[in-house]
Amino acid sequence: MDIIITGLLLGGTYALIAMGLNLQYGMARIMNLANGEMLVAGGFAAFWFYTAGQVSPILTVFLVAPVAFAANWLIYMIFLRPLVKRAKSRGQLEVDAILTTFGLSFVGVGLMLAFFGGDYFSYSYLSVPVHLLGDTYGANRLVAFGAAVAICGALWLWLAYSRMGVSIRAIAVAPDSARLVGIDVRAMAALAFALGGAVTATGGALISTFLTLDASTGVIFTLKALVIVIMGGVGDVRGTVVAALLLGLLETFVASVIDPGLTLAAAYLLFVVILLVRPQGLFGRKTT
Amino acid sequence: MKRRTFTTLATLALIAGMTTPAFAQDVLKVGAVAPKTGPLAGGAAVSYWPNVKLWVEDVNARGGLKVDGKQMKLEVVEYDDQTNPGETIKAVQRLVDQDKAQIVLPPYSTGLNLAAAPIYARYGIPMITSTATTDKAADLSKQFPNVFITLGGAQQIALGAVEALTKLKAKGDIGNKIAMVNVADAFGIELAGVAKPAFEAAGFEIVYESSYPLGTQDLSPVMKGAKAAAPDAFVAFSYPADTFALTEQAVIEDLQVGAFYTAVATAFPGYAKRFGPAIEGVLGIGGVDASSPAFQDYAKRHEAVTGAQPDFWASAVVYSTFQVLEQSIEAVGLDNAKIIDHIKANSFETVIGTLDFDENNNNPSFWTVGQWQGGVFKGIASTGREGAVDPIKKAGWK
Repeated sequence: MDIIITGLLLGGTYALIAMGLNLQYGMARIMNLANGEMLVAGGFAAFWFYTAGQVSPILTVFLVAPVAFAANWLIYMIFLRPLVKRAKSRGQLEVDAILTTFGLSFVGVGLMLAFFGGDYFSYSYLSVPVHLLGDTYGANRLVAFGAAVAICGALWLWLAYSRMGVSIRAIAVAPDSARLVGIDVRAMAALAFALGGAVTATGGALISTFLTLDASTGVIFTLKALVIVIMGGVGDVRGTVVAALLLGLLETFVASVIDPGLTLAAAYLLFVVILLVRPQGLFGRKTT
Repeated sequence: MKRRTFTTLATLALIAGMTTPAFAQDVLKVGAVAPKTGPLAGGAAVSYWPNVKLWVEDVNARGGLKVDGKQMKLEVVEYDDQTNPGETIKAVQRLVDQDKAQIVLPPYSTGLNLAAAPIYARYGIPMITSTATTDKAADLSKQFPNVFITLGGAQQIALGAVEALTKLKAKGDIGNKIAMVNVADAFGIELAGVAKPAFEAAGFEIVYESSYPLGTQDLSPVMKGAKAAAPDAFVAFSYPADTFALTEQAVIEDLQVGAFYTAVATAFPGYAKRFGPAIEGVLGIGGVDASSPAFQDYAKRHEAVTGAQPDFWASAVVYSTFQVLEQSIEAVGLDNAKIIDHIKANSFETVIGTLDFDENNNNPSFWTVGQWQGGVFKGIASTGREGAVDPIKKAGWK
């Protein structure tokens, strides 16, 4: 029981890390390697507001999300739209996007270094024990899990049932055909990218309550997000959630029952097995 | 195209020429290379970079460094090596060959110092390392006679932890059951490898032992496993992010132990800021003679100049090695070979007290364990430093 809850909590954290990238890569078709930097920036905002003004990170989220949305929309418009315009094929766009966002990740690290310094930022928020079914868990992890459930649930509902959500899914499936039915593909892609950035920064603000970050830790989260998104299937919210929970449960199980030293090995073994059995990811569509 | 490049270069050179201070010959270029990005950037931002700034400010405030009877102001050239040994080496070459730096400070961390030792040796630069822990000082100094070690060896650091716990056991503060974990990289594995037999020889029983990969995002299974074994003491040879995470999990799980030891970053001011009074009695790697006026004065200046507090381990050691270099240069001038001989032959008064190198270019007396007592991380075990205090039993977390 204890393993299941701890694993689910970790899975929720992973979902927060990966959901934004799924929107950006799956919907807007931008393989964003600067994703982790956006996450760290969100975490830094939470840290700054908390240490400077005792503002709860849960409230900071409501400021971080719109700011990150606007910032990511601008990033898309300035740096990525020209690439989309000139790309002749999806493959070319992918290569261009990877190179550009790789560069942007360095810019991100540099900016954070210049503004905030290279020191670790960590603070204590809600690090109080909560008793649940006879065991103790950190309240901050529970809060992050709750937020992950809310964010992923809202995203799924929105994508599945709203008109805009359907349009976004349409551009993910067939960007060329989507135009024929009157969807403004460019605007929708920008929206998806900006939304992905907002979700990532929100996730960063939430996980900074229990993880220690510094300006250069972004790349670790980018890698984790990438593994989860590919495992779950590019462009599918359910896939990312399932993959994140699976990874959290597996790592916790291995750490508790076998040996904490083997968690990484187990995670990548799962990754390899899924890629071998279902190369398109758990919920991914077969590429035609 | 070529002509345009030439024009640009010429313009740049002209601008550079105009901005150079008028008394160029009275300026001494100091090169510094360490991580500003990459995995070790967080540690370097606490222990290394502020000291470069402070030292240069201090020396310039006195009117500069006295070289052969002339006062020379210091000017720093900083490079980020991205925590990448290849970049460290390139930056050192660049500092010497292109920037013509007359002083090159040592890099940051054990790995980067060892990787850069050959290039420092090739240029004959005195390399008084301040953030490298190694047990191979004798071999190193034989191969690279320009390298000095001040922070101590991994072996003694692990044995210091054993010694501190043995003291607590002798006082009756803790029993003999230990939970021991380590981060699965060279640092954690080496320290755990030394500590395990030493703990057993000292009559301890290791009831829980495990390692975890660097960058693990959830250490609660580790802490739950340790707690389930009901240890009297918890020891973790950890890195900064896991030091924070393990302490937080210990608070959440309310781990009741008489001794709680975490390694790197326990001595950071940020650790105290995050956990507040809960860390009273927490043991960690490092330590300083917190009561010495030299350290207190240094800490005050550090905060005034850099806006941040120094940590209670490597910070003062980093600054003290700059002082050694400073005193040697004032004594013998800028000839690297003479500086190295001077460092070998003399002892130096610094912010951590007297620094004196043995025949292996090694500083034999260094702090190994400290403990948070009343908001200050005080040294409690060392290999011959003065000012150690007695360890106390870890109280509860609340």
